[in-house]
Amino acid sequence: MSATAPDAPSAKPQRGFLDHALYVLSENPITAIAFALFAVIVLVALLGPVLAPYDPLESNAARALQPPSVDHWFGTDNLGRDVFSRVLIATRLDLLISVTAVALSFMVGATIGSAAGYWGGWIDAVTGRFVDTIMAFPLFVLAMGIVAAMGNTVENIIYATAIINLPFYARVARAEVRIRRNAGFAQAARLSGNTDVQVLAFHIFPNALPPMMVQISLNMGWAILNAAGLSFIGLGVRPPTAEWGIMVAEGANFVVSGEWWLAVFPGLALMTAVFAFNLLGDGLRDIFDPRQRT
Amino acid sequence: MRRRDFLKGATVLGAGALPFIRSLPASAATDGVVVVAMGQTINSLDIHRSGTNRPSYQVAVNVYDRLVSFGTKTMPDGSLSYDYSVIEPEVAESWEFAADGSAITFKLRPEGKFQDGSPITAEDVKWSFDRAVSVGGFPTVQMKAGSLEKPEQFEVVDEFTFKINLLRPSKLTLPDLAVPVPMIINAKVAKEHITSDDPWATEYLHKTPAGSGAFKVVRWDPGQQLVYERNDGWTSGPVPAVKRVIVREVPSQATRRALFERGDIQVSFDIPNKDAKELSGTDGLTIASTPVENAIYCLNPNLSFEPFKDKKVRQAIAWSVPYEDIFQTAAYGRGVPMWGGPSATPSDIAWPQPFPYSTDLDKAKALLEEAGYKDGFEVPLSIALDQSDWMEPTALLVQENLAKIGIKATIEKIPGANWRTASLVEKRLPLHLETFGGWLNYPCYYFFWAYLEGHLFNSSNYRNEEIETLTGETLYLPVDHPDYAPKIKRMIEIAWDEVPRIALFQPALNVGTRDMSGYEYWFHRQLDARGFKT
Amino acid sequence: MGPRTKLVLYRTLQALPALVGVVIVSFILTRMLPGDPAAYFAGPAATETSIAEIRAAMGLDHPLPVQFLHYVQDLVGGDLGNSLSTGQPVVEELTRRLPASLELTLTALLLSCAIALPMGVAAAVHQGSWIDHVCRGLVTAGVSLPTFFTGIVLVYVFYYLLGWAPSPLGRLDFIYLSPPEVTGFYIIDALLIGDVETAMGAVRQLILPASTLALFTLAPLARMARAAMLQALSSDYIRTARAAGLGEGQVVFGYAFQNAMLPVITTLGMVFSFMLGANVLVEKVFSWPGIGSYAVEALVVSDYAAVQGFVLAMAILFVLLNLVIDILYTLVDPRTREG
Repeated sequence: MSATAPDAPSAKPQRGFLDHALYVLSENPITAIAFALFAVIVLVALLGPVLAPYDPLESNAARALQPPSVDHWFGTDNLGRDVFSRVLIATRLDLLISVTAVALSFMVGATIGSAAGYWGGWIDAVTGRFVDTIMAFPLFVLAMGIVAAMGNTVENIIYATAIINLPFYARVARAEVRIRRNAGFAQAARLSGNTDVQVLAFHIFPNALPPMMVQISLNMGWAILNAAGLSFIGLGVRPPTAEWGIMVAEGANFVVSGEWWLAVFPGLALMTAVFAFNLLGDGLRDIFDPRQRT
Repeated sequence: MRRRDFLKGATVLGAGALPFIRSLPASAATDGVVVVAMGQTINSLDIHRSGTNRPSYQVAVNVYDRLVSFGTKTMPDGSLSYDYSVIEPEVAESWEFAADGSAITFKLRPEGKFQDGSPITAEDVKWSFDRAVSVGGFPTVQMKAGSLEKPEQFEVVDEFTFKINLLRPSKLTLPDLAVPVPMIINAKVAKEHITSDDPWATEYLHKTPAGSGAFKVVRWDPGQQLVYERNDGWTSGPVPAVKRVIVREVPSQATRRALFERGDIQVSFDIPNKDAKELSGTDGLTIASTPVENAIYCLNPNLSFEPFKDKKVRQAIAWSVPYEDIFQTAAYGRGVPMWGGPSATPSDIAWPQPFPYSTDLDKAKALLEEAGYKDGFEVPLSIALDQSDWMEPTALLVQENLAKIGIKATIEKIPGANWRTASLVEKRLPLHLETFGGWLNYPCYYFFWAYLEGHLFNSSNYRNEEIETLTGETLYLPVDHPDYAPKIKRMIEIAWDEVPRIALFQPALNVGTRDMSGYEYWFHRQLDARGFKT
Repeated sequence: MGPRTKLVLYRTLQALPALVGVVIVSFILTRMLPGDPAAYFAGPAATETSIAEIRAAMGLDHPLPVQFLHYVQDLVGGDLGNSLSTGQPVVEELTRRLPASLELTLTALLLSCAIALPMGVAAAVHQGSWIDHVCRGLVTAGVSLPTFFTGIVLVYVFYYLLGWAPSPLGRLDFIYLSPPEVTGFYIIDALLIGDVETAMGAVRQLILPASTLALFTLAPLARMARAAMLQALSSDYIRTARAAGLGEGQVVFGYAFQNAMLPVITTLGMVFSFMLGANVLVEKVFSWPGIGSYAVEALVVSDYAAVQGFVLAMAILFVLLNLVIDILYTLVDPRTREG
């Protein structure tokens, strides 16, 4: 890591930021697409129940496993439920799982990491071992273990996902804060009478955000994939709840027999969402990166 | 070293042609090799060991012999099935009951040989039976079902004569000698590996079979494959037609289907109902779907859950189940419907036979109202994670119809490890799905396990004085006894009226074969390769 | 003792608390698993007494602290216990299965690096150009697919429809025989005895699962490579180097790339640990006899010994990996380079 102290002012003029955001968007069409996709996903999550043409839970054995048609855009599943409606409805739950999990691990991880990076000493040693312990587990297996032990509810899936993401934030935050704790602007802030907590929270931490943004974007998508993986093992959310991961996992068994639509459409939805989150993170990085702004 | 030996064996097969097996899918079959794929894993070669799982029972069948075996019959669809009504000689060439019914005496084949060439003697039989009744766990319980309970019952009369002293006359004793458990182990070999901690050589036999059966195990890679090779000196039956049977463990059912359709395997064991339905009629593929004897897939309301104490509530549930939808969606029409019986009193003692319920939501609502649950109640509906292929669609359909009569069910998936404990041992699941099937094909045997209080498969905590008495009276009674049929009919009538178990359908075991023949259905639902032909 | 040896020793010592943590956490986690393994293993028709017998045999009738003590005692003696679901000693099972997982993971990692690093560097050097966008699109698409789904689709297309790939039956098609074990890596073992055909068979089996895994791990590597490269390129010393008139090639590959490798190597470690976890799903799809699929089976049946053994093996592996990374880090980082 280069130890260049970013000379970013901590108070950000709003206008400059907006202009810059617009500039980045116009320069980078993919980021613009990502923002648009993200907006669509959020809209679908909010309006899903209104948009869905059928009841996502209502089964009908007579129309089971029908291929995509005008009536059922994405076909029907083995219980005769409308796949399109289920894909729409699932958006909210998937978004909820990933946003909550990532928010949780970001908050806890960033706090632990910043404290460790700023004060060092025994705080660093204790949190460091704690994070090492989590990291010493194969992450997905740890998530499986937690969900298996605590029961497969949405909350537990969120906790498990949050726990396995925690080390990433803690480590990044620690490293970024550590670099900056003796930087010129931090010392200046301290000299002007700020307490340690203030210096950390308002001066150093905002500058450590950009690298964490990349992490957040990756983790948002990963959180959904993690839930999907748990479903594949059989530890996902409970049926009949519509959730992309479960739908792909269950549909996967139907691919060989030719009923591809069961897995492919929720798979595409999943992929689109993860795709959007990932590109978004990159875009956010470009917007927030102080070096690009000067 | 084992690998090298195996290598030599493979050269005999014609190693030169092997790499091109993909373009010649039948070549493996013509070489007398059958490749079988199954989803589960074999965890021991010794059925008596505690922790041995069901798929491992096939080793007891293929590698060991028993005193007697069942016959073979052809089913209406042309597939083969074991025949419960015929008991045939295996290691024993003949047997007779003592005049007073207090003992059975078996004459062993004098030419009988173990796979190492040593003779099969009455000593070996006694040691094996002593072991089965002493090691505890499943083998001991299964032996007990045939009134085979303690070593003192087993007597060596001379080298080739073996006698079982009976605790009581029971129609279950002889059939229980033909199930996989009372297999005959080469005691001379096993005794060499006895230690003070391990008086029954379980550690040795766990990995190294010592039997007299039709196949030898030449290779076992746990979690991957088991390779059987024909025992050319088999003395208990005609030497198998195939030289080698390779059992591969392929957990993904989609992969198994692809392998089977592409012809890379000759047998796909226990295929899902959906695949069985779709692959039936495909050229070159044979799908045998055999209804599993004495087995019913049930929906069980637990009497320890307050509302289900009332018979009317249980009946209401039975009237609310969408039977036809479940049969089509969860079983894909494979198996036998167990609903819509014509009368509330059974006309014969066939078991299982359709229960006198069908889908009638109005009747269900009326019954609920009579019972004082007009506004319904909430109840968790539990299913096992490892059986979710049929349990999940079934539970969803049941849940949907229960909602229509005001009962709010939430589906709970319980991991495999917890399922047995929760459903069968602690019997604490208020409403759940259950799959018991009895190996010994008698209605009284089913009732013994599934309707008597405290018995393992009575996961509904049901108790009925009359059934308790009648089951006790019929369990050992011969089927042709004049009292048998009336008593059984009465038991079925009560079970129908009180419905602690709501029958959904009788499941089927689906096995796909191609480029070979000779697959035979057995009550133990495991692979029996002895009759395979290519 | 040189400073590097000291550093290595220090890091090893530092890893010990994490190992202790893993032993404790895995013990607690496994005991929290639902279900009564004794009842499960007692079989389909067990009675109360037979369950109690098995519970005693498994040592589960003791209070938890005593169980933990027994566990640690056995552990010190190198005994991880017997797995009840496969019936084999856990140590034996792990040593047999670990090479399978490692062979798959390392192949995937190599594949992933070979594609991701050049992509990341190219994207950074041509930041904002179409190369950047295409790279971004590709790696992001890769990481956006659930591995088990990719695996099944690949099997469907390349095995079922096209017939190009061999049957997804683990490490070797049953027409081949596993080579005599030296390293446990089939490709290497087969080549050691000069059996090119078997080695090729092993390679063919590896292609699909390794691609599945690699596709999924392109993103973190390519991203980190790009981000680190960008940071390096915009740093003062590069500006200085450029101002000093050094050639662009030398600036990019000589200075920027070397500095950018530091975070990439750290990421590599995370990706590896992450891959071993993701293996679980891929191994299941491809019937791969690795430790990942072993752990899933064990977890589902509450097979304590197997789960603990697996976690411990993983932890040790991870500690070793971290050591290797630290050493690499020391070698690459110009600041720790001593004259």
